[in-house]
Amino acid sequence: MQLPYLPNTDADRQAMLRDIGVESADELFHDVPAKFLNVPFHLPAPLSELELKAELSHLAQRNASLNDYACFLGAGFYHHFIPSVVRHITGRSEFYTAYTPYQPEASQGTLQAIYEYQSLICQLTGMEVSNAGMYDGSTATAEAALMACRITQKGKIAVLSTVNPAYREVVGTYLSGRSIPLVNVNADVKGLPADCAALIVQQPNYFGYFEDLSSCVKKAHESGALLIVIADPISLGMFKSPGEYGADIAVAEGQALGNPVGFGGPGLGIFACRKDYLRQMPGRIVGRTVDAEGKTGYVLTLTTREQFIRRERATSNITTNESLVALAATVYLAAMGRQGLRRVAELCYHKAHYAAEAIARLKGYSLAFNQPFFKEFVVRCPVSPEQINKALFKAKIIGGLDISHTIENAMLFCVTEMNSRQEIDRLVKVLGAFQP
Amino acid sequence: MNPKEYKYTKDHEWILPEAGGRGKIGITEYAQSQLGDIVYLDLPAPGKTVTQHKKMGEIESVKAVSDLFAPASGTVIEINQNAINDPSLVNKDPYGAGWLIRIRLSKPEELDALMSSEDYEKQLT
Amino acid sequence: MRPYYLLPDISQPDKTACTLPPPDVPLAELPPADLLRADLPLPEVSEVDLVRYFTNLSQLNYAVDTGFYPLGSCTMKYNPKWHEDVANLDGFTALHPLQSAESVQGALKLMVELQNYLSEITGMDATSLAPMAGAQGEFANMLMIRACLAARGEKRTKVLVPDTAHGTNPATAAMCGYEVSTLPSDAHGNVDMKKLDAMMDDSVAALTLTMPTTLGLFDPQIEDISRIVHERGGLLCGDGANLNSILGKVKFGDLGFDCVQLNLHKTFSTPHGGGGPGSGPVCVKSILKDYLPTPWAIRTGQGYEFIAPPRSIGRLGAGYGNFGAMVKAYAYIRTLGAEGLKAVSEDAVTSANYIKEKLKSTYHLPYDRTCMHEVVLSGKRQKMKGIKALDIAKRLLDYGFHPPTMYFPLVVEEALMIEPTETESKATIDAFIEAMRAIAREVEEKPELLHSAPHITPVRRLDEATAARKPDLRWQMKSQR
Repeated sequence: MQLPYLPNTDADRQAMLRDIGVESADELFHDVPAKFLNVPFHLPAPLSELELKAELSHLAQRNASLNDYACFLGAGFYHHFIPSVVRHITGRSEFYTAYTPYQPEASQGTLQAIYEYQSLICQLTGMEVSNAGMYDGSTATAEAALMACRITQKGKIAVLSTVNPAYREVVGTYLSGRSIPLVNVNADVKGLPADCAALIVQQPNYFGYFEDLSSCVKKAHESGALLIVIADPISLGMFKSPGEYGADIAVAEGQALGNPVGFGGPGLGIFACRKDYLRQMPGRIVGRTVDAEGKTGYVLTLTTREQFIRRERATSNITTNESLVALAATVYLAAMGRQGLRRVAELCYHKAHYAAEAIARLKGYSLAFNQPFFKEFVVRCPVSPEQINKALFKAKIIGGLDISHTIENAMLFCVTEMNSRQEIDRLVKVLGAFQP
Repeated sequence: MNPKEYKYTKDHEWILPEAGGRGKIGITEYAQSQLGDIVYLDLPAPGKTVTQHKKMGEIESVKAVSDLFAPASGTVIEINQNAINDPSLVNKDPYGAGWLIRIRLSKPEELDALMSSEDYEKQLT
Repeated sequence: MRPYYLLPDISQPDKTACTLPPPDVPLAELPPADLLRADLPLPEVSEVDLVRYFTNLSQLNYAVDTGFYPLGSCTMKYNPKWHEDVANLDGFTALHPLQSAESVQGALKLMVELQNYLSEITGMDATSLAPMAGAQGEFANMLMIRACLAARGEKRTKVLVPDTAHGTNPATAAMCGYEVSTLPSDAHGNVDMKKLDAMMDDSVAALTLTMPTTLGLFDPQIEDISRIVHERGGLLCGDGANLNSILGKVKFGDLGFDCVQLNLHKTFSTPHGGGGPGSGPVCVKSILKDYLPTPWAIRTGQGYEFIAPPRSIGRLGAGYGNFGAMVKAYAYIRTLGAEGLKAVSEDAVTSANYIKEKLKSTYHLPYDRTCMHEVVLSGKRQKMKGIKALDIAKRLLDYGFHPPTMYFPLVVEEALMIEPTETESKATIDAFIEAMRAIAREVEEKPELLHSAPHITPVRRLDEATAARKPDLRWQMKSQR
């Protein structure tokens, strides 16, 4: 029986073994102590493609997908529209089966696409330089914090309490590696400690509301700290960019740009900063240059920041990042363009406000905050969110995030361009059943 | 090939004593050929003190980073802005236009322990 | 056709590649003007131009689907197509990570079963799928080791890293506040046991070891290495990048490793994507189980759910890791089974040794012994004629092959590391061998061809010095207001 993905026949194997001068492949494992070789492996018996497709389809059907359920859940992962053109490009095997572009002459497709990505991210975020992307928004934030410590030579990081708690945890994990303390501060904090390397803020914040970023910039810079802004890339279709506020480093989760929610992964860590900090920026960077004949070409550049050269003095240990996910973001941004992304943002904004107003009119429900918001908002409910979400699920709706441990009986709702008016009305109807 | 008026260290750097207790510092021809195309210089700013044989900065080529060690102790009085703007000068003319920094020597006697050009060339082979 | 333009060049006002519906709700009042941006300076392109542009770009790429990548330590094996299809099912991609556990039991089941398979394959007690790439897996391992030793009340400050190690190993140790001590290799390419004996003391938290080593060699001293490290209170941390050589035949756990990180995008056939997404699960012995990253998928009496291990090192990401890659790796393991996985490593090792035999008279072989799934050659003979490994690599492109890994590991002069993987046919391998022989002849007869290579790729050799001296990292588009 010919095994899948193994193109050599027994005749091929025999020919090679003969040329090597052994009788069997096992002889080539002679350096392995005999007692460790060919031990039993208890794994399920192999199945054909036909059988496995059936089994995995069945497994997939055991999940409540957003194709069958309306989604009002956000909190860092967003259900946005993905134009078909994105998958047709990322599905080209010249892109997805290619290796990291270390040999630029054989990788101009990937490299030029990354150059476009870097440019688009700078245009979107208002920052001067971008890298080729990191693992996800949370690790990009963590790397930004470490970068700020390197630049300022200071050993503490401050983070607003309105930043996504999962992000704060990840930053904490990375900082713990170097024993750097992470300090939670409130938005009304007067000033930062002098030993603070950076202040991290999220805009809009975890609860969906806009922070006073101008004041944050001032506070940070006055204490000699950098300002790190975690942005929502879709919001940047409408709202002021981190660069316009004077942020030093802008990070974001790029999943919303042309990538499915994907049960949380893969994501894309958008990372951009001021030109002055270029040499401290982690991750891969693509630069434009010319070849031996004077023709334009693209290469990985400033590689001396990275692990394969600097080793223990590297800016980060990151190697493989999220290139294909960045490609999807690039195609998405190019497909949407100047007007399209603005319209997506506006659809989110207007639908979210329609939903918020309708819910607020229900008895027993109220909006927890009175500030401007984009596509997410917090609602105080008359009963526990757990109860409400059970009812919503029965109505084929995935409800907002239960944040009742932070604010009593509160839910964090998200509305995007994917939610039709009918869906929103249905949501409001189910919520209405819980009116006292 | 390696100028006789200069003194050399085993880290492939040179120092040229100048009038007024000063020294001009750079890297050798061997160093630049090993590094390849130099792309960036991270030099100590004027006013900073440097200590003999201690790390004072970094020099980056396309494919490598090398520490720069001070050949002698002193205070930095000048850095070569031309080389900072065009690091290829260090490749093209490491003993002339590609110099790196100038210091005021705090212990001129340190230079006696450094190698002459013949000693440096001998230990290269 | 090489596109000599960029998005701004094909941009024109009012072009778009996407249509959106008008708002189906009444318009809300806009927020205060100082929150809004005046303009969004992005290009505007039509769909046909967009598709042509990226399709033409894709055709400039070399890829596994177009040719052989003999890249040592990267395991560029074929990426099965139906794995791509099944990972793209809506029932897997259209899932929100924060949905209730009851609504994603299929996804959780897949994760738990994959964890169990990887534990079995590595001979370890528990697996976490959280790390999003091998380097992050290494980071997780190092944090777990640190936490475990701290819980014992120990203050160890060093990590031993072999001189052949991948750069991520020392970079990761430094990220965890450890001082890195380099452990030399001996003349056979194995760990220098005398040096290990001298360096392994109670200040050392761990030895990070790639097995087989980055030289493609199985260190037969592994039992003694493990004994020395453990006797002196340290942990043995594995870099599992080279698992393809022992898949289905040898278990890391049996060799004495306390933890090991894997690369799904290497050993388990998930695609490289031009630089990711990857996935770097970690497999640990029970001594480290309590420290695994959060969240961790488990099976309970009622089904499947996520928990936080009791002394977890914390979160590594906002999600659960690269779920897309998990589906593909799961499919791979279920397709091959134990016998298939064994055939993978046997074919990979056979092919690498075949290449070694065929090329060892043409190129210097620094370690003349049986190799595993990859072989390291040296271009030092050719260097005497003024040809560098870089030139050989660039000339291979003219023969239609992606070059092998160059200049790694650092202990080999003009290193060329070749890993065929099991998915290359003997015919392809023979063609590669012929190309390498032809290039060696060119070194003698026509060296200028190598110096000026490559010739037939979309670009010639690129000026990397200027790219680094005068960085040009983006185009700029002005606002239209």
